[in-house]
Amino acid sequence: MTDRIITYSEAVREAISQAMDADPNVFMLGEDIGIYGGAFGVSGDLYHRYGAERIRDTPISELGIVGAAVGAALVGMRPIVEIQFSDFTAQAMDQIVNQAAKIHFMLGGELSVPMVLRAPSGSGTGAAAQHSQSLETWFAHIPGLKVVLPSNARDAKGLLLAAIDDPNPVIVLEHKLLYKTSGPVPAEPYRTPIGVADLVREGKDLVIVATGVMVSRSVAAAEQLSAQGIEATVIDPRTLSPLDMTLINDAIAATGRVMLVQEAPKHVGFMAEVAARIAEGPALYSLLAPVKRLCGMDIPIPYAPQLEKAAVPQLEDIVAGAVQLMREP
Amino acid sequence: MTTITPLISPETGSLESDKAAALAALESMLAIRSFEEAVDGLFARGLMHGTMHLSIGQEASATGICAALKPTDYITSTHRGHGHCIAKGADLTRMMAELLAKQTGYCRGRGGSMHIADTKTRNLGANGIVAGGIPIAAGAALAQKMRGESNVVVSFFGDGATNEGAFHEALNLAAIWDLPVIFVCENNKYGMSNSTELSMRVEKISDRALAYGMVGVTVDGNDVNEVYQAAVAAVERARSGNGPTLIECETYRWKGHSKSDKNLYRTKEEIDEWKAKDPIVRFQETILTSGLVTQTEIEELTAKVREATRDAIKDASAAPDSDPAELLTSVFREVK
Repeated sequence: MTDRIITYSEAVREAISQAMDADPNVFMLGEDIGIYGGAFGVSGDLYHRYGAERIRDTPISELGIVGAAVGAALVGMRPIVEIQFSDFTAQAMDQIVNQAAKIHFMLGGELSVPMVLRAPSGSGTGAAAQHSQSLETWFAHIPGLKVVLPSNARDAKGLLLAAIDDPNPVIVLEHKLLYKTSGPVPAEPYRTPIGVADLVREGKDLVIVATGVMVSRSVAAAEQLSAQGIEATVIDPRTLSPLDMTLINDAIAATGRVMLVQEAPKHVGFMAEVAARIAEGPALYSLLAPVKRLCGMDIPIPYAPQLEKAAVPQLEDIVAGAVQLMREP
Repeated sequence: MTTITPLISPETGSLESDKAAALAALESMLAIRSFEEAVDGLFARGLMHGTMHLSIGQEASATGICAALKPTDYITSTHRGHGHCIAKGADLTRMMAELLAKQTGYCRGRGGSMHIADTKTRNLGANGIVAGGIPIAAGAALAQKMRGESNVVVSFFGDGATNEGAFHEALNLAAIWDLPVIFVCENNKYGMSNSTELSMRVEKISDRALAYGMVGVTVDGNDVNEVYQAAVAAVERARSGNGPTLIECETYRWKGHSKSDKNLYRTKEEIDEWKAKDPIVRFQETILTSGLVTQTEIEELTAKVREATRDAIKDASAAPDSDPAELLTSVFREVK
């Protein structure tokens, strides 16, 4: 396969475009995705290439948009919903949680909802508390939803193509700070399997499990740690639901130390689940030190840049956390 | 096993003058009544668990609307959805099996009364969330339009649903995109205990259509032919690409909202007044008086639906209970 260096945003757009080329049932709907090109520029020129029918601009109606996607999916379409900011999924929760997630199970398997819901997630843009949340745990807690957090351009394309193929509803949370980051991405269509974690970096001393924007931040931290003689493994679960613990368990068995890094608030966050699964074994028996969680503060995301940075783990926090974990008995 | 005759579109354009269509419509209404009375009885005797919402008294709206549909048209339904399922052609035995928590039920025991869907009759599902099915119907209609199909989608909901945001968002989307969808509000005067007088300022729910630039009509929901006529006009509008319609069917549920209802919010006189407007009795009288059908034919139909209900209970009762062993593997459809 031919790899090019393209942005995360371009990788998402390429996935949508390739899926639309391959299947006339695939279409996109959302707010300002047409001529505007999307609030974060993700849909870009798709409107000009595929037209207003398939790149469907909607009124500001998140509940209506998701409901329409559920209905279209029920009769065989493959809708890709863009919710402008993941925070706005709160407006659409009934259709996501009570309808999309439950229809296949609750209706005895008669129907399924092959819908993808994409939304920009996370802080770092100065947009404050209602435009900056990391809400993945909301969705991961609901049986019937698959939840993926692509952390790089390659996975953004591969996971999205897998999500579009999936006969179930898949929530894809894309971190806003990643949209402009670049990486090698194969030109051909390919699928990154949902439910399989990624070993991003190997090191013998400790394991860092990180999601979303924290993956690249953890890799950068690992490079700094390496200069200090500490070698970190970095694992990106990629899919929160269903969760693949194999790589994590194996890496803990090899190193005995684990730090869990997420942007979302600590309390009842996704990493609490990872910690609980570690505690349930078998990895628990390999631990040389207690599980360490490095998470966002339990506060709404604030506006001022110095406050916003303080609210979520930064590179130096990850480095310091790892050094501290290595000093544990 | 006794099966219910599918609804027939009258060649004369009226359910009151085409004998086969009239009998099929009557059979549908009788079947809904018979099924729900049986369910009410099973519940009272402790033979059925959970809760359920009966549409006894509202049979004409489900029947009149579905009589105007083709088998390939879709519906979305509500928590009070037995009538919609039956009018669209659902199998009574599989419905009863679901209510009796059997493996052979429509939902394999996972959904119960509020969640029956049937791909065969294109019923996209009853819904436990008030107004939950309305945006879904708009989406299914969008799919028909995008694919160039001529099918329409009917969304049934109650008066209470029209105060939900989902109603507003779905009707607006359907209107701006000229979707082939018919929004059918069965206004039975109460959202649980909250009367329409207390919950909205508009005189007619169909007035709300104006806000979306949509045609809205109010019909006597206990007159099956009047409902049918409104449905035909709406279906014609939808199929010809002229967009959605809001039909308000004024009707009444004789029974309480659900099994916990003590009827504290309405009077016995009011209930009796509406019982006197029984849609089944009215239709029978109309087609008997005109000489379209005979008393014997009506009696035969009544006996037939009772037998169908009895068969459904008997066959469903003999089926295996729903199976906990398959629960964990049923959350997701398998990825091919």
